[in-house]
Amino acid sequence: MGVLIPAAGPARVARVLAGRALQGLGVAVLVSGLCFLVVQRLPGDIAYRIAAGRYGYDLVDAEAAAGVRAELGLDRPVWQQLLAWLGDLLQLDFGRSLVTHQPVLSEVGYYLTGTLQLAAVALALAVVIGGTIGTAAGLRPASAIDRLTDLWVATVRALPAFLLGLLLILVLSVHLDLLPSAGHGGATSIVLPATTLALGLSGLVARVTRDAVVEVRQSEYVRFARTKGLGERVVLVRHVARNAVSVLVPYLGVQAVVLVEGVVVVEALFSWQGLGHALVHAVFWRDIPVLQATALVLALLVVAVNAVVDLAVLWLDPRPRRQAVTS
Amino acid sequence: MTTIDPTLVGRSRTARASGAGTRIRLASAAVLGVLLLFAIVGPIVLADPAAQALDRYLEAPSLAEPLGRDEYGRSVLARLAHATRLSLLLAGLCVGTALLVGTSAGILAAWGGGWIDTVLRSVSEVFVALPALLVVLLVAATADGGIWALYVGIALAQWVEYFRVVRARAAVVLGSPAVEAARLLDLGWLHVVRRHLWPGLRPLLVTLASLGMVTSILAMSTLGFVKVGLQPPRAELGLMVTESFPFYDVAPWLCLAPVTVLFVLTICFLGLRRTDVA
Repeated sequence: MGVLIPAAGPARVARVLAGRALQGLGVAVLVSGLCFLVVQRLPGDIAYRIAAGRYGYDLVDAEAAAGVRAELGLDRPVWQQLLAWLGDLLQLDFGRSLVTHQPVLSEVGYYLTGTLQLAAVALALAVVIGGTIGTAAGLRPASAIDRLTDLWVATVRALPAFLLGLLLILVLSVHLDLLPSAGHGGATSIVLPATTLALGLSGLVARVTRDAVVEVRQSEYVRFARTKGLGERVVLVRHVARNAVSVLVPYLGVQAVVLVEGVVVVEALFSWQGLGHALVHAVFWRDIPVLQATALVLALLVVAVNAVVDLAVLWLDPRPRRQAVTS
Repeated sequence: MTTIDPTLVGRSRTARASGAGTRIRLASAAVLGVLLLFAIVGPIVLADPAAQALDRYLEAPSLAEPLGRDEYGRSVLARLAHATRLSLLLAGLCVGTALLVGTSAGILAAWGGGWIDTVLRSVSEVFVALPALLVVLLVAATADGGIWALYVGIALAQWVEYFRVVRARAAVVLGSPAVEAARLLDLGWLHVVRRHLWPGLRPLLVTLASLGMVTSILAMSTLGFVKVGLQPPRAELGLMVTESFPFYDVAPWLCLAPVTVLFVLTICFLGLRRTDVA
């Protein structure tokens, strides 16, 4: 970061961060508003429910429910309740899980680590797999490798994450008995979920890398590098790969949404202790505090990844700034 | 998915002959037609998908029952037909709604400009960062396995794709000299929409819609698979996969049938998109 900020210009960095912060705020309000809607639409009178929780089902009468309603302000108009709800959100007051009765914040912290581990490993794997395939295809356009890459991209796009995961479980855990199919234990348990996610993401990475490599290889600076007698390997590493990466990185931001969706499915499938797993169970159990917190963190994760990608793009490719200064 | 897969939407590859592209699209359309026929005629002709015959538990495929029977002795073929119909119908409804809302909002933003554009763009910025599955999960939490929750959730997650693409394209078309001339001639907004906007937008919308069908069908089956979408005993492709998975050892065809349909459906819709659209 120390190198990053002076290179990109603090004003630009600040503008990028401010834009993303605004986006994050909008996302938070939307997700929280949807959760509020969930609560409003729950069957039954919520005041009776809470009163029953407090005093026991035998002691609930209309009077107790009315007391709860007055105390919690449930008789206010809906928009006032929504404002109070959003106020709680601003104070980071997520309450306690309705199922485990733990404070939601500490639970979410635990799940977030699991998700981040999984996402990081998957992203790295996807870049390695997709980057290798894409570079191989881009070096020989219209060859057999290129056509195979096309097929790979289409297949991966058409296979939903849960089918890919099932396929891997069948082959690697059931038939070959190499890896554990589920759980959150030893070091091997991350292999299957991460591979499932990575294969899904590798399609787009391969496609973008391929197109970038083809384009960069036709550029004048690559032709010049060859003309001045650089070996093919040096040209690939120094000139082609470096420039192709600056094209690829913005697409990783686009992939953040896909990554989060994949995380939800893959975690549920492999029972990996992460936010997606918690989210699906919260929906299942109607555990609203956990539902709101996990959905919020997952959505903000997308914004955060995009902010990082924005900064990385500024750092990798500072050209627009220079243009703005000179023109 | 709320973001457009840029490489799938617009890739102009000069290396590939356009003849091959046309052939792929024709083949996709043909296979899709067969599946469509199966989805329309199947539920009418075939037996009741919910009719159980517990004595015919996990019956192997035969001539009378080409895909065998499941763990309750229900006809897998009949269930498959109903599931395919449901997938296609609901996906079509979602894509249609998202297309209508997104396109109108996009044209409105490009045409109106000013504060309309600013407001709509800020709203879309928020939706872009929101994973579709998250929206659907949250909406699904409001209703137990209701079709409406799925419909609202998927459509809500998808409209922004159309909005962004249409807004960008419409701004270019509306700023072109041809439209300027039409305005000077006072030909009216209907003329501009029909003769300038629609031809410019149509190929993009076809591509987006076929990708949207893939996304919707996959989202539905994924939700069914994690058991927060439609509820049993409804026949749905993702649910059928989950339900049949425990019997994989003894009856692998149970699992293969919905997986094959799902895969063929998505491949066909992917094949249907125009690869030559910029």
